[in-house]
Amino acid sequence: MASLNIEPNIARPDDFYQALIDTHRDLSGEESQLLNAKLILLLANHIGDVDVLCQAMARARDGIRPAPTKVPR
Amino acid sequence: MDIDYQQLRLDYVRAAEQDAAAPAHYPVIVVGAGPVGLAAAIDLARQGVRTLLLDDDDRLSFGSRAICFAKRTLEIFDRLGCGERMVHKGISWNVGKVFFQDELVYSFNLLPETGHRRPAFINLQQYYVEGYLYERARELDGLALRWKNRVVAVAADADGVEVTVETPDGPYRVRGDYLLACDGARSPVRHLLGLSSSGQSFRDRFLIADVKMKADFPTERWFWFDPPFHRHQSVLLHAQPDNVWRIDFQLGWDADPEAEKQPERVTPRIQALLGHDAEFSYEWVSVYTFACLRMEHFRHGRVLFAGDAAHGVSPFGARGANSGVQDADNLVWKLRLVLAGLAPASLLDSYDSERVYAADENILNSTRSTDFITPKSEISRTFRDAVLLLAREHPFARRLVNSGRLSVPAVLRDSVLNTPDQDAFAGAMVPGAPAADAPVRAGGAPGWFLDHVGDDFTGVLFSDGTALAPEVAAALDHLGHAAIPIRPRVVVPAGTAPRLPHDLVALEDVEGKLAQRFDACPGSYYLLRPDQHVCARWRRFDADRAQAAVARATGNA
Ligand SMILES: Cc1cc2nc3c(=O)[nH]c(=O)nc-3n(C[C@H](O)[C@H](O)[C@H](O)COP(=O)(O)OP(=O)(O)OC[C@H]3O[C@@H](n4cnc5c(N)ncnc54)[C@H](O)[C@@H]3O)c2cc1C
Repeated sequence: MASLNIEPNIARPDDFYQALIDTHRDLSGEESQLLNAKLILLLANHIGDVDVLCQAMARARDGIRPAPTKVPR
Repeated sequence: MDIDYQQLRLDYVRAAEQDAAAPAHYPVIVVGAGPVGLAAAIDLARQGVRTLLLDDDDRLSFGSRAICFAKRTLEIFDRLGCGERMVHKGISWNVGKVFFQDELVYSFNLLPETGHRRPAFINLQQYYVEGYLYERARELDGLALRWKNRVVAVAADADGVEVTVETPDGPYRVRGDYLLACDGARSPVRHLLGLSSSGQSFRDRFLIADVKMKADFPTERWFWFDPPFHRHQSVLLHAQPDNVWRIDFQLGWDADPEAEKQPERVTPRIQALLGHDAEFSYEWVSVYTFACLRMEHFRHGRVLFAGDAAHGVSPFGARGANSGVQDADNLVWKLRLVLAGLAPASLLDSYDSERVYAADENILNSTRSTDFITPKSEISRTFRDAVLLLAREHPFARRLVNSGRLSVPAVLRDSVLNTPDQDAFAGAMVPGAPAADAPVRAGGAPGWFLDHVGDDFTGVLFSDGTALAPEVAAALDHLGHAAIPIRPRVVVPAGTAPRLPHDLVALEDVEGKLAQRFDACPGSYYLLRPDQHVCARWRRFDADRAQAAVARATGNA
């Protein structure tokens, strides 16, 4: 199983971060939400590997609130 | 002229045994003459099991119910002897289109290849399906059909089941070795036995209108998200026979179901879709909510549950009646073998495990579609809208659009009845898969592969068209006469017509599609169950292995 790369991988981190924030300029909260959703979908498709995506999702949730356990039938 | 099956009244006839001192006995009693109970009773009677079918009503389906009947269900109806009528009357379709606002974002073809007898779907009102099944049922000896016979009590013990039936002439009792509960979503039998069905209901309401009109929409499934004529909600449009169209408007949870049914509310919605000068009349208008439910187990000793009684899904995906008919298809041959003393009663546990698996697959698909159509949270709606926006230009996003994943049969990959592969095969015909169809010629007559398999176990030997080795022919013939016979079929390449000994049937693979779909080469041998599912396959025929596989598939191993 491929694993999520959490080592530094972005060549120009400050440029990237600024571009990310700038992409949201002048957007309402709701519009930003939509942009983020589209961005996630585009990137997810680029990555393609569902295992990697699931690791990223779990890591993103980490520290916010424990993931709900699947309710057994 | 077609019979108006919605108006048909099925007369109650007093049965002589209602006066008998001791209850009459039937091997199988089926409760409920919906599509599932009718299909099960027909199949049982066809296979020689004397069956009593009881229904509490005196009419067939009415109102807006199932319209989409899937390829696999049609193949089962073919086996039952009434598929052709359904397809002849129904509207065949393979293509679905999804629109977002005023643009087409996604189009899918559910059967992109030729060489299948049946289309991906027909649309046919449930009352026609039940009407044709009913007429098929009436042709069968060994099937007693009783209307206005309501099951009001069930007592099951180790030897059988006794039911009390309420009729216009008062109650009577009848006994069965097995009871098949096909009594619908509210299943009185389930309640009488103190059992339950649980799951999730969806907080949304749908206005379903069947309208009669002349229209020239193509015979495709059209689904709109947020169209200009019904903002922020979805709409589904489907053609049915007799110029009837099904239009399904999402209303949201807060809609008032009573008010929304009134013509003064419905008409403007339909006019917004069709134009203000559109002429139409109403067949039925109702407001529905949906749930996904299932019983924990479908077998409870001598009582077996099938169809909506056992499980329920939302209709996006057309998985309700379709999966119920597939329940019947799975169960009947097992019951027949158990009743004949050729298989242990534990074979019926495989009905439970296989169809619970199928129900879970249907529920999963149906729940995912419903979550896409009716997002449960703000963020879920945001992602849904993001998918639809991206889908206009991005092929990857079109595949995420979910307006219903339409009914396909479950592949029973992990079934205990399968003999695991030892030889390497490619393609879809894994143990557990329902056999693919293909055109064949038998005795010079063109036909279809699936017409030549099923009811019994079938052994399909692929040959190169030269004469069979005498010991192979003799072994195939021998298996055909076993206590649980394996009917032999020899597939030969197009243009070859070898004379086969022992009256073995040769199927000419006229387009080569059969060998291709089964990834077969000369010598490959497939064992199919009576319900046409693959249960074992080898690169080389071996009679002992075939017999062992039948033993395994019948719980005799
Ligand atoms: C709007 C809508 C659209 C749908 N579209 C589709 C679709 O396109 N494709 C699809 O596959 N499915 C569809 N479905 C689902 C489909 O209608 C059901 O899954 C199907 O009718 C289930 O069949 P059944 O035989 O299990 O139960 P039912 O059709 O409910 O039949 C049960 C029978 O049992 C009888 N009965 C009940 N209690 C007793 C008793 N005590 N004694 C004797 N008899 C009794 C009833 O009178 C009835 O005849 C749709 C449903 C709805 C509501």
